[in-house]
Amino acid sequence: MKADPRGVLAGVHFLDGDQACAEGALAAGCRFAAGYPITPSTEIVERFAQRVPLLGGMFLQMEDELAASIAIQGAVWAGAKAFTVTSGPGFSLMMEHIGYAAMTETPCVIVDVQRGGPSTGLPTLPAQGDMQQARWGSHGDYEIIALAPNSPQECFDLTIEAFNLAEQYRTPVLVMMDEIVGHMTERVVIPPADQIEIVPRRYTTKPPADYRPFAPEADLVPAMARAGQGYRFHITGLTHDERGYPTTNVAAHDRLVRRLVAKIRNDATRLTRVEEHFLEDAEVIVLAYGITSRVALRAVQMARARGIAAGLLRPILIWPFPEARLRQLASRAGLSGILVAEINLGQIVREVERCVGGRVPVRLAGHAGGSVHHPQELFETIVEMAQAVEIER
Amino acid sequence: MSTEVYLPPNPVEALLRTDRMPHIWCPGCGIGTTMNCFARALQQARLDLDKVVIVSGIGCSGRVAGYANLDSFHTTHGRAIPFATGLKLANPELTVVVYSGDGDLIAIGGNHFIHAARRNVDLKVICVNNFIYGMTGGQVGPTTPATALTSTTPYGCPEQPFNLPYLAESAGAVYVARWTAYHVRQITHSMVEMFRKRGFCFLEILSPCPTLYQRRNRLGDGLEAMKYYKEASVTRHGAPTKEVAISFQGPILVGKFVDIERPTYLELLNQQLARTLEAQYTGCIEDHVRS
Repeated sequence: MKADPRGVLAGVHFLDGDQACAEGALAAGCRFAAGYPITPSTEIVERFAQRVPLLGGMFLQMEDELAASIAIQGAVWAGAKAFTVTSGPGFSLMMEHIGYAAMTETPCVIVDVQRGGPSTGLPTLPAQGDMQQARWGSHGDYEIIALAPNSPQECFDLTIEAFNLAEQYRTPVLVMMDEIVGHMTERVVIPPADQIEIVPRRYTTKPPADYRPFAPEADLVPAMARAGQGYRFHITGLTHDERGYPTTNVAAHDRLVRRLVAKIRNDATRLTRVEEHFLEDAEVIVLAYGITSRVALRAVQMARARGIAAGLLRPILIWPFPEARLRQLASRAGLSGILVAEINLGQIVREVERCVGGRVPVRLAGHAGGSVHHPQELFETIVEMAQAVEIER
Repeated sequence: MSTEVYLPPNPVEALLRTDRMPHIWCPGCGIGTTMNCFARALQQARLDLDKVVIVSGIGCSGRVAGYANLDSFHTTHGRAIPFATGLKLANPELTVVVYSGDGDLIAIGGNHFIHAARRNVDLKVICVNNFIYGMTGGQVGPTTPATALTSTTPYGCPEQPFNLPYLAESAGAVYVARWTAYHVRQITHSMVEMFRKRGFCFLEILSPCPTLYQRRNRLGDGLEAMKYYKEASVTRHGAPTKEVAISFQGPILVGKFVDIERPTYLELLNQQLARTLEAQYTGCIEDHVRS
């Protein structure tokens, strides 16, 4: 279906990433947000709080991030589309409720505008140190979907995408921004509502007597009911059977958790969204995401200008990781190495190493946060990697 | 020779998920008693049961949601109130009941409890207070009376417990009552009153935990607890909540302590937005939820 035009501020704007994210949520049909103030994410809910009452929705400032991340789920079960936004320390507090949303298959969106950590860290400065937490932060086995925008335009586009994926897979979806992307101001084009595709909630069409809340459909995703419609359904974070009733049966547990993982993992290749530059003949591939990808592209261009065949692979959807595409690239003849640039001391590089399986050298250009990389630094590493291969030859 | 025994249908059966029986509660536990009262109160209040939602946290009392034949949510530990807040505000036509234990609502969930009361979110909060963490094996909680023995205060509890009605009133609750599992008619009556009232309503029900609290403190079984409730309870409607604190095996003041009028969060929000935005404000979220 198409977006509700009332929520779509169609036109050309000059927005920062945080504001663009709020507009993305409104365009996606989100009319409920709960949050707790935290730098550098707060501007998202400030914008939302200003705009949403005019659209008949609400922003609720809760007492902490635990409350915010579960209040949105209550709103979802009442029928709303809902999201919350936070940064590092708040993201840590939300982990239990990411697990609850995964287990209860509650579609919702959580935005993390990353700042330097651990702990209170660098509240006003960028980092990409929550990437593995995004993947593994809640306890137990589950699969997650996470997006990594690198511009205010993408903060708008990918927030809509996050809501759509949340509904399609009935899962929490994470938007992993960073302080720079959140606070940089650029041109943002908001298309008219009839050009924005919205995935509606997958409500059951069955009558209450025939409805089993966790009986999966062909794509392993069950259809939802909402409170107040006479379905008298039960939702629990305990391991549950298809009726939604708690069980300690080991086989039922295995069946449920495998399904929660498989409904996303089986679609990993279909979900893959990457941006590629100069990869056709690349000897050195730089893999970068979020703000770092923009610095990395500059470094790649500098290398090309020097005659070095460098290329850029940018995962836009970072979880599930674009494993198949990376394996494909890594097995190509003529590739001398992969450089992973990220603002942490080695997170996504682990995933790259796993996918590459030792076929080519993988190097990390990382630091603990507080600033973006300098293109010169990445350029020099690319040159080093290219030269090392020349010497071997 | 065979004897046919006629068993009349249980009047609350329609409100129970009978396919989930037997329940997990111990013999002599008071939670089932409170749930019986809850079912009868729902019948007496003549609510549209399709519009009643029950939200629980974690613990023995948190299991009530799973046995109630309503739309029901068993949430995370301590977070029933914020979940219920989102649910109620996104669809105000629902009657939202939070049914949980003292540890869940007042220890791990204490922050949410006071803030929801302060905002006056229209929630009916029922707290089954058994003085202890039952599900995890009888540890000390924020309501454990001073000197009582628990598995983590084996030499006696040194702490002062919360006086829950006082806490609820101070934080802004518009309705505050306390009964014990002995007072089944009064519990039912209070629940009916809560269903009919708008705003943050709080009902504390003292309830025996024979397996852990009673046994460890050598207080006998569930029946002994009922005798204590019967003999120690003094009904004092309107008692100042500051004076209703509970001591170990001491007197218990019960009754309806608070019943006041105060606009709910949603009413205040709608007023504020209508006043500020005037014609631009077209109403709250429910239209979107229903569409």
